[in-house]
Amino acid sequence: MQKYGLKQQFGAPPEWVGGANFVALVSDPYLWTVLFRSILFCLANAALTLGLGLAVALLMRELSKPMRLVVQGALLLAWAMPVLAVLTVWQWMFDTQYGVVNWVLTRLGANFAGHSWLIEPLSFFFVASVVVVWMSVPFVAFTLFAGLTQVSEEAIEASMLDGAGGLARVRHILLPSIKPVLLVVGLLQIVWDLRVFTQVYVLQQAGGLARETNLLGTYVYRLGIGEGQFGMAAAVAMFLLVVTVVLTSPYLVTMFRQEEM
Amino acid sequence: MKASLARRITADGLGLIVAICSAFPVYWMVNTSFLNGRAIRSPEPTWFPAGGTLDNYVALFSTGAFARALGTSLQVAVLTVAVALLFAFMAALAVARFKFVGRKAFIAMILVIQMIPAEGLFISQYKLLEGFGMLNTVLGLTLVYVASVLPFTIWTLRGFVAGIPAELEEAALVDGCGPVRAFFSVTLPLLAPGLVATGVFGFIQAWNEFTLALVVMSGEAQRTLPVWLATFTNTNRGTDWGAVMAGSTLMALPVIIFFMLVQGRMASGMVAGAVKG
Repeated sequence: MQKYGLKQQFGAPPEWVGGANFVALVSDPYLWTVLFRSILFCLANAALTLGLGLAVALLMRELSKPMRLVVQGALLLAWAMPVLAVLTVWQWMFDTQYGVVNWVLTRLGANFAGHSWLIEPLSFFFVASVVVVWMSVPFVAFTLFAGLTQVSEEAIEASMLDGAGGLARVRHILLPSIKPVLLVVGLLQIVWDLRVFTQVYVLQQAGGLARETNLLGTYVYRLGIGEGQFGMAAAVAMFLLVVTVVLTSPYLVTMFRQEEM
Repeated sequence: MKASLARRITADGLGLIVAICSAFPVYWMVNTSFLNGRAIRSPEPTWFPAGGTLDNYVALFSTGAFARALGTSLQVAVLTVAVALLFAFMAALAVARFKFVGRKAFIAMILVIQMIPAEGLFISQYKLLEGFGMLNTVLGLTLVYVASVLPFTIWTLRGFVAGIPAELEEAALVDGCGPVRAFFSVTLPLLAPGLVATGVFGFIQAWNEFTLALVVMSGEAQRTLPVWLATFTNTNRGTDWGAVMAGSTLMALPVIIFFMLVQGRMASGMVAGAVKG
């Protein structure tokens, strides 16, 4: 809540400005654009990750043993990759001239030779989503699969005797039994995708597109570290903190309850 | 049953697709790191590094920037693990073994702090370190890293400590051990796997972390590996993908190995918490 600009860098004491930073922020339409964009990006990615993760987890139940090991190994590999290594590889795969993605798409008949993915907001976010989802699916898949293995065999057999088909079994037996895990994973995913910084920042550096693609995290960085407006940046950060705490409080409460028992 | 066989085959086919989707980028990284510039810049992708070259790795170490970043990353990660383990160990013992006023509040605080995103804190941490004169120092970065991994390390270690029955220690005490000896010859050896697992978690986090490293280590000579990798690709003129992939491979290798060692605990820990309720 202090006025913290370049003058203060040179020794002038920060001036107390009360809510001025917040007022300036709330009246800035750009903040609302960024906020809206962040929430949209977060929800879309969390939903995609959860959907794909659930699909993979359900699929893993059906696999033969060797194939399940192969899938688990591959997922583990993707999960273990450091974020920055992931980003460089996907950038290379989406490379304009020599990228393998453009090559495959061109082979499939679309004209993607020399297509730049990062210079347009929509395809920028598409690439960012691919990266984020690819990184997050393994965790969700493993966690849900572990949850699924704890569903009792008797319940499944009983449903088979009652003539329930595959889909009905998934809907009435499997999904309800892993609901608590599903909720926790979904919540964590939302929180993680809301604070996403690294992926967007690095892709921005590569594509040279910042203003049109800023999310909350990168906005804080550019305001604070980039422009030296620390007061404003801290105010946006507060926004992010409050949203996160509100979103995670139900999760924290259940965690805490379990600990006490 | 025929239907069941067809079902199996479809499932395995889908499984193969999932496996390829998730492993291909990792393979592509390693593959590219062994290709020479001509193969990388040819219109047709080279799928196997047949007749591969180590030139990219040689080039990487010849500039010095990579080696420097590697050194910084190692220093920060090792220091972070050492300091965090020491504090977390004491805190975990206290929380799991003793009853004291404010114990619940302490646990609650750890849980809450763990959820706070680094993206919401880096401005204040930047100003703090600036005030200490610790920007661009290994110590400064270590300080913020310890702060960020500590809640998680305490939380995990607490679980390990709670898993060791207190009766074991009591038995040692009855047999005439002093409390110090009981601790060193009974509790500590049993805790070793927990310490290793927690240390590995901390190492991976410090090794991979980007946001704070970018904010704190802005000087070119102080870059950590992730920051170095990020700046390596953002030049608009032709990126040397071979070298970038070689660097990424070297960075990913220790993490992948470590990760395989501890992954079982990672998934089971999170689920155990969720299913019990």
